[in-house]
Amino acid sequence: MPTGTFHLNGKSVEFQPGQSILDAATDNGIKIPTLCYLKGATPTGACRMCVVEVAGARSLIAACSTPAADGMEVWTDSERVHRSRKLTVELLLASGNHNCLPCEANGNCRLQDLAYHYGITDIPFPITPQPHPTEDDNPFIIRDFSRCILCGRCVQACNEVVVNRAISYGYRGADLKIVAGTDVPYFESDCVFCGQCVEVCPVGALIEKKSKFMGRSWDLKKVRTTCPYCGVGCQQWLHMNKDGKIAKITAVEDGAPNKGRLCVKGRFAYDFIYSEDRLTTPLIKENGEFREASWDEALDLVADKFSELKEKYGPDSIAGVSCARSINEDSYQMQKLFRSVIGTNNIDHCART
Amino acid sequence: MFLCIGTNMTEAHPVAATFLKNAVRGGAELIVVDPRKQPLVSFATLHVPIKVGSDIAFLNGVMNVLISEDLYDKEFVSSCCVGFEELKDKVMEYPLNKAAELCGVSEDMIRDVARRLAAAESCMLCYTLGITEHTCGKNNVMSTANLQMLLGNMGIECGGVNPLRGQNNVQGACDMGALPNVFPGYQAVTNPDARAKFEKAWGVEKLPDKNGLMIPQMMEGLVDGAVKAFYIFGENLANSEPDIAKVERELEAAEFIVCQDIFPTETTRFADVIFPAAAWCEDDGTFTNSERRVSRVRKVSNPPGIAKPNWWIFREIAKRMGHAWASESSMEIWDNEVSVLAPALVGIKYRRIEDDGLQWPCTHEEHPGTCFLHQDGCFTCGLGKFNPVDWTPPAEVADDEYPFVLSTGRRLYQYHTRTQTGRSGMNFLLPEETADISPADAERLGIDHNERIKVRSRRGAVEVKANVTEQIPPGMVWMAFHFRENCANWLTNPAFDPDTLTAEYKACAVTVEKL
Ligand code: SF4
Ligand code: SF4
Ligand code: SF4
Ligand code: FES
Repeated sequence: MPTGTFHLNGKSVEFQPGQSILDAATDNGIKIPTLCYLKGATPTGACRMCVVEVAGARSLIAACSTPAADGMEVWTDSERVHRSRKLTVELLLASGNHNCLPCEANGNCRLQDLAYHYGITDIPFPITPQPHPTEDDNPFIIRDFSRCILCGRCVQACNEVVVNRAISYGYRGADLKIVAGTDVPYFESDCVFCGQCVEVCPVGALIEKKSKFMGRSWDLKKVRTTCPYCGVGCQQWLHMNKDGKIAKITAVEDGAPNKGRLCVKGRFAYDFIYSEDRLTTPLIKENGEFREASWDEALDLVADKFSELKEKYGPDSIAGVSCARSINEDSYQMQKLFRSVIGTNNIDHCART
Repeated sequence: MFLCIGTNMTEAHPVAATFLKNAVRGGAELIVVDPRKQPLVSFATLHVPIKVGSDIAFLNGVMNVLISEDLYDKEFVSSCCVGFEELKDKVMEYPLNKAAELCGVSEDMIRDVARRLAAAESCMLCYTLGITEHTCGKNNVMSTANLQMLLGNMGIECGGVNPLRGQNNVQGACDMGALPNVFPGYQAVTNPDARAKFEKAWGVEKLPDKNGLMIPQMMEGLVDGAVKAFYIFGENLANSEPDIAKVERELEAAEFIVCQDIFPTETTRFADVIFPAAAWCEDDGTFTNSERRVSRVRKVSNPPGIAKPNWWIFREIAKRMGHAWASESSMEIWDNEVSVLAPALVGIKYRRIEDDGLQWPCTHEEHPGTCFLHQDGCFTCGLGKFNPVDWTPPAEVADDEYPFVLSTGRRLYQYHTRTQTGRSGMNFLLPEETADISPADAERLGIDHNERIKVRSRRGAVEVKANVTEQIPPGMVWMAFHFRENCANWLTNPAFDPDTLTAEYKACAVTVEKL
């Protein structure tokens, strides 16, 4: 199909067939604010943050869920659009607890950004407390319904992106809530704690529990790395706090191979590195007990023993197993040690488990 | 279309599974071949619950149908493959009734699979350790390749044979030559030219010219005295190898054991010297994933105490044995040694993988990497060769005395021997091991869900909670190896594939007893 053209804020621009107004605008350098829109999932049109004015249409139209059409005349920043979006934000701010001070999302919250963008200082509506208590009974994910804006991104992520089908909309009207199964805690539902819902939540309603009080979002520095668990090799952002500790881990949005996804291990099973049980010094066994030793002593002992055995029984009396969890450079060094220094090919690793 | 055989992807490779589930949502067909009704089955068009260890009989049966009904890709077979006649002769020995009997599924189901495969435009075959962890593991792998060649599903983007590697860097450890028969980049140690190349690069006189020992042989060598010293880097062999009691006798017999690890483990108990190592996040480096993608790993904190990077420890030992190695960082090791010596990695340098990694083969510094192998039917060794194979039963099969088949694997919420996940809060999600059994067997034996039972094999016995689940077919027990006390490896059989020496973790005979 050929590309089409439409009018965007008075300029004639191209769009790909089937493209939404939102995507076409993005491709043409025009930013439209969104809340519920989740790349890669079916647009739901739930939040109406992305409304635009289309010539000939009576009401404003959601750009994320409306395909661009030939000859369409679209205004993304008219007075009417501006007023509607501001009203949307005001209503959301009134819809629960949006006190940013203690919120972990402070500084990393789309609602906060939009409120700032639209210059909202007062909320011209009564604040409705929401009826659902916070869920904080597992070590990984906190669900604070008082901050939930019911955008549904978590539902989209769970059902369409990672396809774990654990959560959905439940109840009606003022009681509307995102529920796991028949409104049970995540832990009792089909949830597999991949945390994809947390990754996409635009506000502070879903929070990594381990990140709580670990650092303000603006103080965290992101470092890219690779997950240490399975052979998928997911790309992660380590969010490092001022003390040099990992505050949380998120996925690298467009990075290969995981394209913004992680599983429970990649997202949450990182703090073993801080365990008290870590080995911190070389140990030498004497009379059946381990005692601490210096590097020099331990390394000399091993080098001498290897040399002695090599001399006495030949190099093939020494064998080694490398680590399939550690970095390539470590395995390279180990086989080099065995082949070029000890003089044996007795080197293997657990390729088989 | 996808054919997943012996891979519990949603648990062992969760993120890979999400892409597969996306494709299924988008209309792709999925055939799951697995004795268990594992989580992927709820997404499958067809679940083929073959008996444990009957993969070859099944695949030969499918190929029998493809050839008898003239459904295979004749053009691909005649232009890109050799050995078709031999394959044909072999699979003709597996008529449907025989295949169906061996693998415990109906003839119709095998025929259905074959026809669906033939009708699909392309099919990607994925497998994990359900294929390799058998005494016939190598033959299993060849059998999957035979099928894909017969269907012409090679060298195309959504085709091929895709092993999902269990651990994050198994691929890398192989690529680096942590194997007894090859230097880095799969250059055979028995090849004089390869030896000459590495002798020159490493500045040594005479590199050893015969293949070394594989792990099971090393362990046996500890007992018969052929191996005196054993250097164990990062592996918890005392939990992860089959038949723990045997493994511990072997480790006990060693004259000298060096362990290098981040935690004390069941294995470090046997060490004479323990080196404390830097963990993930405490060193710069690279991992290579299942798709051969080399990605960066970055250092963000210092190792605890005086623990050191692993590469540094090896370098120090070399130095003390009279060899001064030039490279002083992971980057130097990679850029100046690994990627110079391994032809498929020549184009991969640290500066090129700052963001996304590169997939090898990547043969020069402008090369974009290779996302799938054997493009346009060009196999690495010329034409694709069919390797017809016969089905062989597992080394130990159920009998009157031990009437259940035990199969083992990993669970989502833990990782291996739990040295890491057990220290990251994951015990909340999976606090203990279970023996998964079928409702029918539970009822017959009067076992309740969550009741403690005993599972016994010829090698050992464990007490463990019964998990009665529809996932398991009658006659089967399924366990993992994450917990020490009731680790499946007290029970598993140290029988190995004769070529790869991969252990048969997927099949041994056990009894299930009420306490
Ligand atoms: S953690 Fe994962 S499985 Fe659980 S609700 Fe969130 S997205 Fe769904
Ligand atoms: S929890 Fe977050 S992502 Fe889910 S609906 Fe509420 S605000 Fe949106
Ligand atoms: S995040 Fe999960 S799927 Fe991805 S590499 Fe880590 S363990 Fe594997
Ligand atoms: S972003 Fe379009 S309706 Fe929410």
